[in-house]
Amino acid sequence: MESALSLALDQARQAGARQVHVIRLRIGALSGVAPEALEFAFAALAPGTPAENAQLAIEHVPARFWCAACVREFAADDLIAECPGCHRLSGEVRAGREMELASLEIE
Amino acid sequence: MCEDCGCGLPGENPVGISAGHQHEHEDKRGHSHGQEHAQEHEHAHGPGEHHGHGHDQSHSHPHAHAHAHLQAQPRAGEGTDLAAPGAEAAEARRTVEVRRAILEKNDRLAERNRGFFRARGLLVLNVLSAPGSGKTTFLRETVRGLGPQLKAGVLVGDLATDNDAKRLRESGAPVVQITTGTVCHLEAEMVGRAVKQLDLNGLELLFIENVGNLVCPAAYDLGEDLRVVLLSVTEGEDKPSKYPPLFQGADVVVISKVDLAGACGYNRDLALADLGRVAPRARVFETSARTGQGMEAWREFLVQQHGARKARDPLAL
Repeated sequence: MESALSLALDQARQAGARQVHVIRLRIGALSGVAPEALEFAFAALAPGTPAENAQLAIEHVPARFWCAACVREFAADDLIAECPGCHRLSGEVRAGREMELASLEIE
Repeated sequence: MCEDCGCGLPGENPVGISAGHQHEHEDKRGHSHGQEHAQEHEHAHGPGEHHGHGHDQSHSHPHAHAHAHLQAQPRAGEGTDLAAPGAEAAEARRTVEVRRAILEKNDRLAERNRGFFRARGLLVLNVLSAPGSGKTTFLRETVRGLGPQLKAGVLVGDLATDNDAKRLRESGAPVVQITTGTVCHLEAEMVGRAVKQLDLNGLELLFIENVGNLVCPAAYDLGEDLRVVLLSVTEGEDKPSKYPPLFQGADVVVISKVDLAGACGYNRDLALADLGRVAPRARVFETSARTGQGMEAWREFLVQQHGARKARDPLAL
């Protein structure tokens, strides 16, 4: 969260912000990041910064894999990459690793 | 401090790096590191263009104008005070698209490490597991067994103490201990600093023993060639499906302590099936560092991987 917050504050400063209202993050299912942990860390780190009253908005990005045999993408909710068509396992992740600062609402 | 668990809040113990010599020396080194550190920070923030360009140009154009109007000199105000002069113009609440990876800085430093390692012809392995899976003993016996066949060095990360470094030195390898204070994983920047404490001359292999943790280290690229995850037979056969991100990123999975399999009722078929589902592409080695079982196959793999690395980069040192 420290890197997320410092990136957010950096960007806010560059945009001339005095206050940050919303920090929007995109967090992939395969990123290993627990949104609750982010919120906890944010609450600990934000006081004393221009983001101290900001709301943390976390967009969840589901995992998607590619099956080379079926030439298709498929979603996998339980993080196990088994193609629903051919039941083969795929190691090719197409989405879900994201840990991204998407946007800021500032003033 | 990582994105995952909120470890290492600011102002707590700083990261320590120790090559195991006198304390005075370490202190001095610590200072000079501080400076390097600062430079790296600037580097990362300022000309973040290498990676940033594509992003910045592709998405922030519609917004870039707004920025320019609101504050002509975006970097002028250092520090945390955002109430820059002329901020009246910025009264209105508005949205700024950013779309930047949170760990972009770590990834950039990891790429820098990777380039450095490659130029030195080092094969680098990031070794991860839960605390107590046997990373230290496994590495000590790996290095011991390799002997002069492949010369290895070790960086080892723990929150505190240099106990692991001491144990690893029994193998005869050069070892640098990184104490992370409260941080639950190693980052590329720590590795970049610690590796300067190792005498790399003649080294062919570098093991990075990460902090024992199955969650957060998964997100941090250190610049390694191979990610090795240890799983001991005492931990339960379904650990891979309980901690998928770490296992999904593994190039190699080492099942350790197989000499204890009988004592703890370990079900090999279940474990391999679970591993196959979560990490279908990982190479699996079943080993016991204590009895030596499976260690030969693992060492042969290392020799072969190092050979392949050398063939790919014939000009490396």
